Amino acid sequence: MSERTIELEVLRYRPEQDQEPFFQTYKVPCEEEWVVLDALNYVKEEMDRTLSYRWSCHMFVCGSCGMMIDGEPKLACKAFLKDYPTGKIRVEPLSNFPIERDLVVVLDDFVEKLESVKPYIIPKEERTVEQGEYLQTPAQLKAFKQYTLCINCLCCYAVCPQYGLDESFVGPAALALAHRYNMDSRDLGRAARDDVVAAAEGIWHCSFVGACSQVCPKDVDPAGAIQQAKFAHGIDYLTSFLPGGKR
Amino acid sequence: MQVIEADVIIVGAGGAGLRTAIAVAEADPKLSIALLSKVYPMRSHTCAAEGGAAGVIKSNDNLEYHFHDTVSGGDWLTDQDAVDLFVNEIPKELLRMEHWGCPWSRETSGNVAVRPFGGMKIMRTWFAADKTGFHMLHTLFQTSIKYPSVKRFDEYYTVDLLTDDGACYGCTAIEMRTGQMRQFRGKAIVICSGGAGKIFPFTTNGAVKTGDGMAMAYRAGVPLKDMEFVQYHPTGLPGSGILLTEACRGEGGYLVNKDGYRYLQDYGLGPETPTPVLKAMELGPRDQLSQAFWHEQKKGRTIPTKWGDVVHLDLRHLGEKKIDERLPLIRELSAKYVDSDPVTTLVPVRPVVHYMMGGIHTDIHAATPLKGLYAAGECACVSINGANRLGSNSLGELLVFGARAGRGAAEYVKKGVRAPGERLDALAADSEARVKAWFQRTQASDRVPALKKRLTTAMEDGCGIYRDEATIKAACDIIVDVRERFKNVALEDKSSVYNTDLYQTLEMDAMIEVAQAVAVSALQRRESRGAHQRLDHVKRDDEAFLKHSMAHYNPNGEPRIDYLDVVITKSKPAERVYGARAGGQSAA
Repeated sequence: MSERTIELEVLRYRPEQDQEPFFQTYKVPCEEEWVVLDALNYVKEEMDRTLSYRWSCHMFVCGSCGMMIDGEPKLACKAFLKDYPTGKIRVEPLSNFPIERDLVVVLDDFVEKLESVKPYIIPKEERTVEQGEYLQTPAQLKAFKQYTLCINCLCCYAVCPQYGLDESFVGPAALALAHRYNMDSRDLGRAARDDVVAAAEGIWHCSFVGACSQVCPKDVDPAGAIQQAKFAHGIDYLTSFLPGGKR
Repeated sequence: MQVIEADVIIVGAGGAGLRTAIAVAEADPKLSIALLSKVYPMRSHTCAAEGGAAGVIKSNDNLEYHFHDTVSGGDWLTDQDAVDLFVNEIPKELLRMEHWGCPWSRETSGNVAVRPFGGMKIMRTWFAADKTGFHMLHTLFQTSIKYPSVKRFDEYYTVDLLTDDGACYGCTAIEMRTGQMRQFRGKAIVICSGGAGKIFPFTTNGAVKTGDGMAMAYRAGVPLKDMEFVQYHPTGLPGSGILLTEACRGEGGYLVNKDGYRYLQDYGLGPETPTPVLKAMELGPRDQLSQAFWHEQKKGRTIPTKWGDVVHLDLRHLGEKKIDERLPLIRELSAKYVDSDPVTTLVPVRPVVHYMMGGIHTDIHAATPLKGLYAAGECACVSINGANRLGSNSLGELLVFGARAGRGAAEYVKKGVRAPGERLDALAADSEARVKAWFQRTQASDRVPALKKRLTTAMEDGCGIYRDEATIKAACDIIVDVRERFKNVALEDKSSVYNTDLYQTLEMDAMIEVAQAVAVSALQRRESRGAHQRLDHVKRDDEAFLKHSMAHYNPNGEPRIDYLDVVITKSKPAERVYGARAGGQSAA
C-alpha cells in the first residue's frame, strides 16, 4: 500500500466573511486505503484549521458525515479513495439543504419532520414491565426491521427530486420511519400518524423516482416503504365502500 | 449573556442522557428539562455499540450468576451494592426498551433471544443483530420525542459547570451555529457525556469521545475514580481501530496466531473446543484476551502489518447464513475496511482502546459529592465495572444509572433547591472570558493537532496493556509538558459559526485533564489488577490496593490521589477463574 496525492476540491462557505460559496483545492497526501473522511481530517489537522464538517464514528453508523462526493450523496467514511482513480475528488455539502458553513448543513427541517411522524410506539395494549415482553416472531420483526436501519444521514433527501422542488414534502427518511412503526406488531399508531403521513405533503407527494433507495448507504428502501404505505391507504379507501366500511 | 432556565439540565444526549431525560419526564411531567449535546442525539457514540446488553431473563439464569460474573470480571474492584442493584434492575430496563420498540432479535417463539458474551457464566446478552447500541440509541431518541417537557439543545457545546456554595446550578454552553455562549441555569445537572477513548491514538471511540464531561466535573472539584483502568478490546481492525464485536466470538469465532493456533489455551483459558464454552477460550474476559495478545507479540507469534502486529479472527466456520443474520455489520466493515470477507477469509485484528472503567465518582443513586450534580453512563464511575468491565454490561449501565440519575434529580428538585447567588453570573462571565482568550491569542509556536498527537502517543506508550514505573513516568512528564505548551496555543479560525477549531481546542483541554488523571492514578497503583497490569508489580495486592483511586483536580500541577474503600457485601476477593476450571457450559 503506497501513498498518493489527491486533489480535494472542497466547497467553502463561511457566512461571516464569504459573499458566496467557492471551491478551495487541497493537495492531500493520502494512504491508498483511506476514505474521503481521512483526507478531510488530514486537511483539518495539517493544512487548514478553518475547514468545518461533521463526523464522529468513522464506521457508517452515526450518520454525521453525509455529503456530496463527486455529485453523489455519500458518507465520507464510506467513500474509499480507491474508487476515485482520477485522483480528483469534489466534496460539497448535501444538496437540498441550506449551508450553515462549509460542509455543514442546517438540519432543522429534517428534525422537525422526523418528530412530526410520531416515531415511537403507540401501543396496542399497555403492558407493564412485570408482564414481560411483547411476543414478536422473527417474521413479525422482519416486516419492519429494515426500516429501523436508517442512520439519518440524509443522503436520501439530498437526492430526492420532490424535496428539491418543494421542501414541504415530509421526505424519504421520515416517511420510512413512520412506516417502520406502522408495521411493528406492537404498534397501533397508524391513524395518529396519518395526519402527517397521508397528507398531501406525505406519501402522495412522492413520485416514485426511487433515487432515495439507490443512494442509501445502509440499504434501507424508503421508496418501497412509501409505496407500501400508498398501497395500504388504497386498500383502506376501497374497503371503505364495502358493507360495514368506515366511509 | 442569555440565560436559559430549566429544572434539570442534562449534558450529553446519548443513551444515558436520553434515558435520564425520559426518567425525569416520567417522574414529573411538570419539570422542565434542557437536554444539551455537542452533536445531534443519534450521532452519539452509543450508536457504535454492537454486541448487546446483558440482563437475566431466561429460566436457566439468575441474578446471583450475573452478580458474580460482574464482580469477579471486575477483579473485585466493583462495589457490590451497586452491582447488586444493577443486575436486579437491568432486566426491567431492557423490557422497557422492548416496550418502547427496540428491535431485539427474537427466538422463533417470539421471546427475546440472548447470545453468549465473554466472562459470562450463562448466555444473557440481549441483542439486535450486531447493531444493539445503534438500535437502543434510536429507540431512546425517538421515544424521547413523546415527552413535551424534554427540550433539546442540539449542537450546544458545554464548557463549564457553574457552582455556588458547594452546589451545582448549571453550566455555560456555546450554541455552535452562532458561536454565542448561553448560561444554562437549573436546579439539578446530570452529566452523560460519555468516555474519553480519544486520549489514545488507537481507539474504537468516535471523534466526540474526548472526556469533556469528566474534565468539567473534575475541574469543579468532583474526584475522578479508578481512571487507570482503561479497557482494551481484543478485536479491533488494524489502522482504523473499528470495533469487531465480542459477539463474533460469542457466535463461535476463533482467535488464531500466525501459525493458525488458538493461542488463548496457553494463557489459562483452555482447553480449546470446536464450539464455544462459556467463560473459556475466546469467551474469556477482555483484559485477559488483550494481555494474551501482548504475550503472543513478545513471542513473535503475531503477524506484522503496516498498521502494527495482528492476530486473526476466524469466522469462516460459522457460515454465510449465520454471519449475515447475526453479524451483518461486521461482515460489511471487514470487507470494506480491510478487504477481508469473514465468510471466506481470516480477518486481521489487534487490541484497541475501547472503554474507560473509571470516571466521575458517583454513589448508587448516580449522585456525585457535589450537591445537585449527577452523572451516568461511561463518563461516570459508580463502580459496577471495577478493574475490567464485562462485555454487554455498559449498555445496561447507561439504562439503569441513567434512569436512577433522572429519578434522583427529579426528587432533588422537588424537595426544593435554594436559589444560587450572584456568583453564578460572574462565573459564567469567567467561562466566556476563558473561551474569548483563545480567540485573542496570536499565533503560537505549538498547534493543537501536534500536541494531541504527542499526548495520545504518550498515553499509548506509557499506559498501554502493560505498564511500569518508567513508562508511566515518561507519560506523566510529557503530559506536564503538553499542558504547559497548550496554555499558549491560539485559534487559527476566529469565526463564530460552527467553528470546529474552537471545539477541538476545548476538547483538547479536557483530554489533557483526563489523560493526566489516568497516568497519575496508574503510577500510584503499584499492583496488577484487571486492565491495570504493572510489569514491576505483577501481583494483585488486596492489602494495599483493594481500593478505588480518587484523582482530585489540582490547578497548579498533577492531581492529588487518595483512596476509597471498595464496598464488599457477599463476595470475598478471590482468584478469577476462567477456562476449564470455570466449568462453563457449552454455548453452541
